[in-house]
This record gives sequence, structure tokens and C-alpha cells, in this order.
Amino acid sequence: MRFTKDHEWVELDGDVATVGITAYAAEQLGDVVFVETPDVGKTVKAGDAFAVVESVKAASDVYAPISGEIVEANPELGDAPETVNASPEQGGWFAKVKLADKAEYDALMDRDAYEAFLQTL
Amino acid sequence: MAHDETLKTTPLTDDHVARGARMVPFAGYAMPVQYPMGVMQEHLWTREHAGLFDVSHMGQARLRGVSPLSAFEEVVPGDYIGLKPGKQKYSMLLNKTGGIIDDLMAGRPLLPDGTPDDGLFVIVNGACKDNDFKVIDDELAGQVDIHRLEDRALMAIQGPEAAAVVQAHLPAAADMAFMDIRSMPGFGTDLIISRSGYTGEDGYEISVPAAEAVRVWNLLLEDERVRPIGLGARDSLRLEAGLPLYGHDLDETVSPVEAGLTFAVNKNRREQRDFPGAARIVKELAEGPARAKVCLRVLEGAPAREGAEVADETGNVVGVVTSGGYSPVLKAGIALAFVPPGLKAPGTKLKVIVRGKPQAAEVVTSPFVPHRYVRKV
Repeated sequence: MRFTKDHEWVELDGDVATVGITAYAAEQLGDVVFVETPDVGKTVKAGDAFAVVESVKAASDVYAPISGEIVEANPELGDAPETVNASPEQGGWFAKVKLADKAEYDALMDRDAYEAFLQTL
Repeated sequence: MAHDETLKTTPLTDDHVARGARMVPFAGYAMPVQYPMGVMQEHLWTREHAGLFDVSHMGQARLRGVSPLSAFEEVVPGDYIGLKPGKQKYSMLLNKTGGIIDDLMAGRPLLPDGTPDDGLFVIVNGACKDNDFKVIDDELAGQVDIHRLEDRALMAIQGPEAAAVVQAHLPAAADMAFMDIRSMPGFGTDLIISRSGYTGEDGYEISVPAAEAVRVWNLLLEDERVRPIGLGARDSLRLEAGLPLYGHDLDETVSPVEAGLTFAVNKNRREQRDFPGAARIVKELAEGPARAKVCLRVLEGAPAREGAEVADETGNVVGVVTSGGYSPVLKAGIALAFVPPGLKAPGTKLKVIVRGKPQAAEVVTSPFVPHRYVRKV
């Protein structure tokens, strides 16, 4: 699993990357009450706002950690947005992206680097 | 978490930090937006038990003078000459065109001997307080002296168990009804206490000397029915209660009639037409305002937040959300919005446009969640 400074995680399986937000991000947001996942078929660029996660208080953008085409969105988050809090790095995934450039993935932080980054916040 | 050194603090700031609150800038103060419990649970705790809020950023003052009640009527549309001792009343400072400079609470605290406290005790919004007191000072120069009570903290305890918590320490508070206000000893110090709040729940607002604030705050929190509640839940609670927030639902262009606050323009004042902006306000009362504040329930999709456009069923943009969010009690998006008066009837189907997508919404009656004020004791 790889991580961004915006607190997204990416897990690669072949050329398909599963993307979500980290446990740290979910804790910071508080109780998630609504998730807007990207449309399947849409092409995103790394750094684009590609999903929205909402708490009682505010709406927050989620940024695509890598470029590619959306091939699947998590259907469970529509009825159960609280899954993002309960299982941020597994069941609470947002979307699967067919990777355009593996170098983008390789450039992301590994877990040790992300944990070290969290210590600086 | 450290807070910005340029921000002001309340007497309770260190206590909030020690409790793990997330501190944010608000009205120039470092204030707790939430405690570790989180906005959702803090909200629900207040609706089920008792929530304790630090609202010391708000402006407290006494207006004293030969006849402070009649003087005060020169800047607000409420009947303050007729305000009974021991009562407070919600009102608003108005500008010359009938727009709202700020909304406020002003009352005549009753002393233990049954006589009214001297002057008028006024509480205004923190973000507006310096300007408010300047406006009052300018308009009422020579008639009232403003004594700002900057050496006092203010806390609110709200929820169905709040009254029992307070009355365990202060039995004399039991015979206060909604909007009663007293100046009396309690919690080992001197209080200005009213049975009121801004969540729709029963409860009290308690002004205490700053030096006593931490002790009183912690005394209340020793009761297991009480939890500290941050500004995040304060906002979602007042929204569910259909109560407007200055700077969002109210501003200097909005009249009390547009805001749906005509109850605060008393009948005798309408006849006298002797308050700022009376020409506009009396005209709007007779002919209807240009826009109306409504409560919207979002029927599908994301919560509609401040700034979201409101459209009619054919897709024409007709209004705007002035504050909105997620209701933890209704488990749905709720919002306050301005729409044309012809679309204000409960049951009217509208759309809210969130991130470009129209979503079904419906006008509902205010409040979203019933008020539980104790009007008779």
C-alpha cells in the first residue's frame, strides 16, 4: 500500500489501483455522512479532486493519488458512508482506477514514510 | 494542540485544550470546534442528555441610564418598555434600511429580593460585538452607558437533562421558565442566569465571573449526564432547531420579515413605526417581503450547504441556501434558504444544486426538530 500527503492510500493489483482515505484522514473528518464517488469511465489526473466526503460539519474533496480511468466505484458507500470510519483502509475504499503510469504509484510514500510524515503534523 | 498566539482566549481555553478539543479560530478567539467525542456524538448527546458549551466569546454588557429600556427601543424593533422584570427577549439591532446589524438577547435580571437588576443585560454575537456596542454607543449617546462585562465568562447547558443538573446545585433555578433571567448567587459565586439557549432544548445560559469559570465548568462536568460540546455541534443543533446564525442566515441586507423573525417586531412598535428601517419593515409586513426564509429538507444525495443554489421544479434558479448541513437526528440534509415568497409553503417541491447536480428537496415547517422549551413551571 502507498500513501499521499493528502492522506489517500493506493493498493495495486496488476494495473488496477484501489484508492481510499487513510485511518488518520477518517479520524480527522469525524463521522462520515455522505460520500460522492467518481463515475465509472471517467478519466482522472493525479491531484484532481475526484470524490467528496462529507461529515456533519463540512464537505471535503478527495484527490486522485494517481492518474487513470475509473473502472469501479464502491457501491456500499451510498447506503453506508459510515464504512469509511469503520474500515477506512479496507471496506471503505472509494474507487478502482486503471493505472495510466506506474511511475506515479512508485513515487508515492510507503507506510513507513507515511507514518513518519504523520509525526510531522 | 497549540493555538494561534494572535487569537483571543476565553477563561476556559486551557481546559478545552487539556480535554483534547480541536481548537479553531472563531470570532477572533481560539474556540473548541469539537472534543474527542466528535460532532455527531456531541450533537446526539445534547439531544438525549446535557451538553455544556463555552460561549464566552459572546459580548456581554449592561446598559445603564435614566430609562435604558425606552432608549434601547431606538435601535431594536422589540417591545422593551413592556418587558417584565425577570424576563429577556430576543431581538436585533437594525440599520436605517431595516437590515440586521446583529441579533441579540436583552433582559432585566431579577435580584433575589424580587427587584429588577439595574439596567438592561445584553448578549450579542462574538464576531459582531465591537461594532454592536459602538452602534449602541453612537445611537444612544447621552442616554445609556455601556458597561461591557469582559470579566465574565458565559456557558450554556442544554438538553433534556440540563435542568436537573443545574437544579441539583441551584434549587432556586427550578421555578424559572423559558426566557426568565435572574441575577443571583449560585455555584459559590454570583451568576446572571437565564433559562434559554440556542439548541431548541431546555437549559440555562450562565454568566459567571471569569475567575470562577473553570471551577463552575468542571463542577457541571462532574455530573455524568454532562459532556462538553464544541462549536460544530452547536451549529448543527441550532440548524435543526431552525434558528438563524448571524453572518450566514442574517446580515445587513436581511430584514426581520425576510428572515421570518416577525415575532420580534412587536405589535405596538409596528404601530409606532419608531425603530430603524420601520418604513421598509412595516411595508413588508403589509405587502410581503421580496424573499422568504424557508426550511428545506434534502430528499436525496449530499447535504446542501451555504451558497448552494435553489431551483424550482423546472430548473430555474430561484434562491440560495444560507446555511445547511446534515441533521444527526433526521439523518438527512437540512438547510435554511431564501426563496421567492410564492414558494415558501410547506410541501413545496424544490431542487438544491450541489456540485452541479440538482437534488430533490422539500419546504418543511420550522423547526426541523421540535423545540423542548419549558414555558411553564
